[in-house]
Amino acid sequence: MDEITMTVNGRQRPLQGATAHTTALDWLRDTGLSGSKEGCAEGECGACAMLVATPDDNGGTSWTAVNACLVPAAALNGQEIVTAEGLGSPDELHPVQEKLAEAGGSQCGYCTPGFACSMAGEYYRADRAPAAAGDEVCEEHGPNGFDLHALSGNLCRCTGYRPIRDAAYTLGSPEADDELAARRSRPAPAPMPTDFSSGGGRFIRPASLSEALDLLHDEPTALLLAGSTDLGVEVNLRGRRAPLVVAIEQLPELRTLEIGEEFIEIGAALPLSEVERRLDGQVPLLAQLFPQFASRLIRNRGTFGGNLGTGSPIGDTPPALLALGARLVLASAGGEREVDLADYFTGYRQTIRGADELIRAIRIPLPLARVTAFHKIAKRRFDDISSVALGFALDIEGGVVTAARIGLGGVAATPLRAYATEAALVGRPWNVATVRAASAVLQSEGTPMSDHRASSEYRSLMLGSSLLKLYSSTVIESKEVSA
Amino acid sequence: MSALADRPANPVVGLRAVHESAALHVTGAAMYTDDLAAHTAGVLTAWPVQSTNAHARVTVDVAPAYDVPGVVRVLTADDVPGINDAGIKHDEPLFPSEAMFYGHALVWVLGETQEAARLGAEAVKVDYEALPSYITVSEAIAAESYQGIARTVERGDAAAALAGAPRVFEGVTEFGGQEHFYLETHASLAILDSEGQYFVQCSTQHPSETQEIVAHVLGISSSQVTVQSLRMGGAFGGKEMQPHGFAAIAALGAKLTGRPVRLRLNRTQDITMTGKRHPFQISWKAGFTEDGLIQALDATLTADGGWSIDLSEPVLGRALCHIDNAYWIPNVHAYGRIAKTNKTSQTAFRGFGGPQGVFLIEDILGRVAPVLGIDPAEIRRKNMYRPGQSTPYGQLVKDADRLEAIWQRLVDESDFDERRAEIAAFNAASVDTKRALAITPVKFGISFNFAAFNQAGALVHVYKDGSVLINHGGTEMGQGLHTKMLQVAATALGLRLDQVRLAPTRTDKVPNTSATAASSGADLNGGAVKNACEQIRERMAKVAGRLLGVDERDVRFEGGLITGLGKFDESLTFAEVANAAYLQRVQLWAAGYYRTEGLHWNPDLMKGSPFKYFAYGCAATEVEVDGFTGAYRVRRVDIVHDVGDSLSPMLDIGQIEGAYVQGVGWLTLEELRWDETDGPNRGRLLTQSASTYKLPSFSEMPEEFNVRLFENAREDGAVYGSKAVGEPPFMLAFSAREAIREAVGEFAPAGHSVELGSPATPEAVYWAIEAARSAGSASVAATSPAADASAEHDPTGASAGSAPAGADVPALATTEA
Repeated sequence: MDEITMTVNGRQRPLQGATAHTTALDWLRDTGLSGSKEGCAEGECGACAMLVATPDDNGGTSWTAVNACLVPAAALNGQEIVTAEGLGSPDELHPVQEKLAEAGGSQCGYCTPGFACSMAGEYYRADRAPAAAGDEVCEEHGPNGFDLHALSGNLCRCTGYRPIRDAAYTLGSPEADDELAARRSRPAPAPMPTDFSSGGGRFIRPASLSEALDLLHDEPTALLLAGSTDLGVEVNLRGRRAPLVVAIEQLPELRTLEIGEEFIEIGAALPLSEVERRLDGQVPLLAQLFPQFASRLIRNRGTFGGNLGTGSPIGDTPPALLALGARLVLASAGGEREVDLADYFTGYRQTIRGADELIRAIRIPLPLARVTAFHKIAKRRFDDISSVALGFALDIEGGVVTAARIGLGGVAATPLRAYATEAALVGRPWNVATVRAASAVLQSEGTPMSDHRASSEYRSLMLGSSLLKLYSSTVIESKEVSA
Repeated sequence: MSALADRPANPVVGLRAVHESAALHVTGAAMYTDDLAAHTAGVLTAWPVQSTNAHARVTVDVAPAYDVPGVVRVLTADDVPGINDAGIKHDEPLFPSEAMFYGHALVWVLGETQEAARLGAEAVKVDYEALPSYITVSEAIAAESYQGIARTVERGDAAAALAGAPRVFEGVTEFGGQEHFYLETHASLAILDSEGQYFVQCSTQHPSETQEIVAHVLGISSSQVTVQSLRMGGAFGGKEMQPHGFAAIAALGAKLTGRPVRLRLNRTQDITMTGKRHPFQISWKAGFTEDGLIQALDATLTADGGWSIDLSEPVLGRALCHIDNAYWIPNVHAYGRIAKTNKTSQTAFRGFGGPQGVFLIEDILGRVAPVLGIDPAEIRRKNMYRPGQSTPYGQLVKDADRLEAIWQRLVDESDFDERRAEIAAFNAASVDTKRALAITPVKFGISFNFAAFNQAGALVHVYKDGSVLINHGGTEMGQGLHTKMLQVAATALGLRLDQVRLAPTRTDKVPNTSATAASSGADLNGGAVKNACEQIRERMAKVAGRLLGVDERDVRFEGGLITGLGKFDESLTFAEVANAAYLQRVQLWAAGYYRTEGLHWNPDLMKGSPFKYFAYGCAATEVEVDGFTGAYRVRRVDIVHDVGDSLSPMLDIGQIEGAYVQGVGWLTLEELRWDETDGPNRGRLLTQSASTYKLPSFSEMPEEFNVRLFENAREDGAVYGSKAVGEPPFMLAFSAREAIREAVGEFAPAGHSVELGSPATPEAVYWAIEAARSAGSASVAATSPAADASAEHDPTGASAGSAPAGADVPALATTEA
């Protein structure tokens, strides 16, 4: 077995002393790079954020901020990463560090290295552009084009965030001699096939999809790993030590995005941030979903395949994809099959996916419904788990609902289609009477439970309320159009 | 010595300074406790075995842990050479034979790696003999499970005043605790050095007390233990009492193995093991005149102290001393007691009971204003203290006129009246979305109620080359204390800020220090640093006077140069005078000391003047509430706050903003939920991670956030005329809660009293909106006598809980006298 090495802050370092389960954060700290902090060990606080060199669309590199606490160190074999220590030093601060320090953006300083990395990721985003004079500055964007959502996965308990925002919004653009900026014009490191065993665990990165499928065929208990935003939490908080992990997130067949005549096909292991950027609003329902899905740090690693693969009833992509009528392409060594997402979930964290199958792609049928919305009810607006989530996709022609698909999350052991509500809408006029009646039906869909996030009564009421809110917004929009 | 509050010409205090460690913070170079551990060779890791029962006698079999490769030692009660206790009240066994809450650490495993220690802890076998447990305050009250001493604050005759008041309201106000969620969890690193000295680097706000606990657990003297608090990644009160036991575990491990031991709780351990803000349940009765003047308040406050007493008594004391907030209440009877429950031992948290006391009066005013038909802003303003009035515990409200001045300035600068008119127009046109703008004041007493804590020490060295190294007893948790102390030293010695350095806080430099708490860090340690610097300056002035040919009284220190009055063409550098002083055998270092003068407090009577002064402020918050979901946004916040003459304006504004957002978190978002069922996990904290316990993120940052400092605000009783800032602004967040209440009221007809669950999560707000809407439909239906009767006479339904049933229960009983 070849030695595993990573390039950290421009220096090659061997993966010494780590096991197959060791997170990148623990490994970094063990090598003496203690700038990255553990605040939560579940990808919620961002104190461990680091930058990873990932491929962009043009053969170059993006600096992508991710949570080091969730990624297995072995998954970074051959990759390049940058931590706060690599951005700058106390005597020679990086521009984001200089702005943060000057603005009073650090108080206790514990979250700060992570903020610096998240900010640097956005600083180096190739398509970040200052708003032109006269442009309307969109919400949560600075005049310099800085998207505040880049920091949605970083928590600070001291400042109240205002100085951090001010620091972010006054950042300029990288100077000509900025090495990290220059690095973007060269290709990102290629995926490195890996087979690493240590500490009672084995981590494999197969070289190809067929190799991955053969492996799954031979080792049906293998755990598939994409962004590791779910498994990382299991490893850290619940001590899960899977004997065999197979990483598939760098397989090219799982990273496609094609807009065809009949459907849009999205590779199951394409990070959600990438999907968001490449779709660029072409699927309005997903454009509404993405900013509400966890945080940018998570979306930079998290994938559709992972969110569907875990089968969680409170994942946020299923309600949206159910509303879009999405179909999944399941691949195994024996071939591929396509299934309707509505038939995919069979029970609590159970699906029809066979042990030898992986989700290769998601297909969203075209044309898209004309009235769509994604509603997420949660305690906190950024980066929270849904109490309930709803995806709506309706066609309304001549004032009559001609088609309806509604996806629900958080109301049962699996994500659900709200078939009864759909039936109560289709063929009826899109008016208050229809919506009130359908809202009452929607309110009784599923069997939500009470827990620390919300009561069952509130969850049910929010289902009904959500349809009323959707109706209200379509009425307001039509008024705005006519006016 | 110059007067405490006087500033020399061109002082360094008052300048905008960045945090002294900012460059280290942003580059990851700043070291925290566990970072030092990561750089320590041969270090062992400690891991707890936690109880899975809320209350039980335990029998622990540690033998299986030794079968796990890499396990070095399991620490148990038998290993303790000194006192098996983690606190100062001797009710917190470090290794308990009785688990007092779900999550209680029973024994600790030391491993070569964290993985080994964790697996070793998993292997330990625990047998539980279950005992009865109390999880909620109501359960504790029903069982009369109390701890500590109950206290009463009393003035006038509340019963008689209530009997004679034209309008009397009563209710129950109940609210939850708050997890500190400092980003750095509890951490200690203990090393036994070659000379037999224990060195403990600990994330502690109270190094001297940590030192004392380590010493008594090990059965050695304080002089054998050195505790250092390099810096903390946040503390907020959570590291005032709670770190001691963890430091003792690490030190005990170092003693028994001879190797360095690190102990860092992970987030789940920290949140399930350590204390939080005290939840309170308060039943109350308040009398008002028809035009809204408070006549009397009678209240019973029950604080949920958790399993041990910790700081619950002083927290309760401060709550009782803040039920008036900024308002004159002529007749008061407030009785406070501490429930003992099988939960984490609740502890200090920013405000230290103050927010809980303020909660009561703001809740009362917010609930009664609509019933009295008075604008909530108006009822607050007319009840504010006037000069000459005193608090229920008998202290004159010094500078009470600042309240009205700050209020007026805020109203002017926030365009309060114009925006209210705009909001009224918006609400008239909007059915499903409502807005409101609310204003609330804060008055917060500064000084430790426990008089002995109001002292501090410092150690200042001037070296021959003129460089300066200062040390003081306060700890840095992000509040910028060290930066302020550097500014104080530079001011006192007439130096530039960059000419002064600061060394980490250690018990072998300054002994017998007080906790850095009660917002008093800068007041106390600043006094001590200034004192030390001035001793040295006076000695150097004698030397400089001789060199310059002027009397020592005519020597001036400014900007790193030393001059004599009238000697326009002559100046000496600080280094030249320092070197001359050394050669003349003049002492160039000094120990500084400070004690706050004039405080007195009788805890038995709850009477006296425990506070040196009061900090004041007002906030105006505008919110928008969504009638479909109960979700809300904070649209704009304006604050005018009194920090005296600021020592460091950017740091002070940072404290105000951070405290406000943290307060909004407590009041609207952060929810601790415990398993209250009789199931197998009774007493387990359900919100025990960052994914289930949500603290404010960027989405809770006010869209527009204007913070201004009250000007010309010199406080004679504090260093360089400044005031404490850490805690008081936390209570400015009540303006957000009251704005949500007023916005909810917009869904109801006028006169509807809005009862808001706490925290006011979207769900709680939604239920309040539902109640408001049904009040509307009830009033349209007009005249159900039954409904009216229940509203008049049922005082029992006034719980502020968020249960959906609460929507049907009359919130506020009112009786006409």
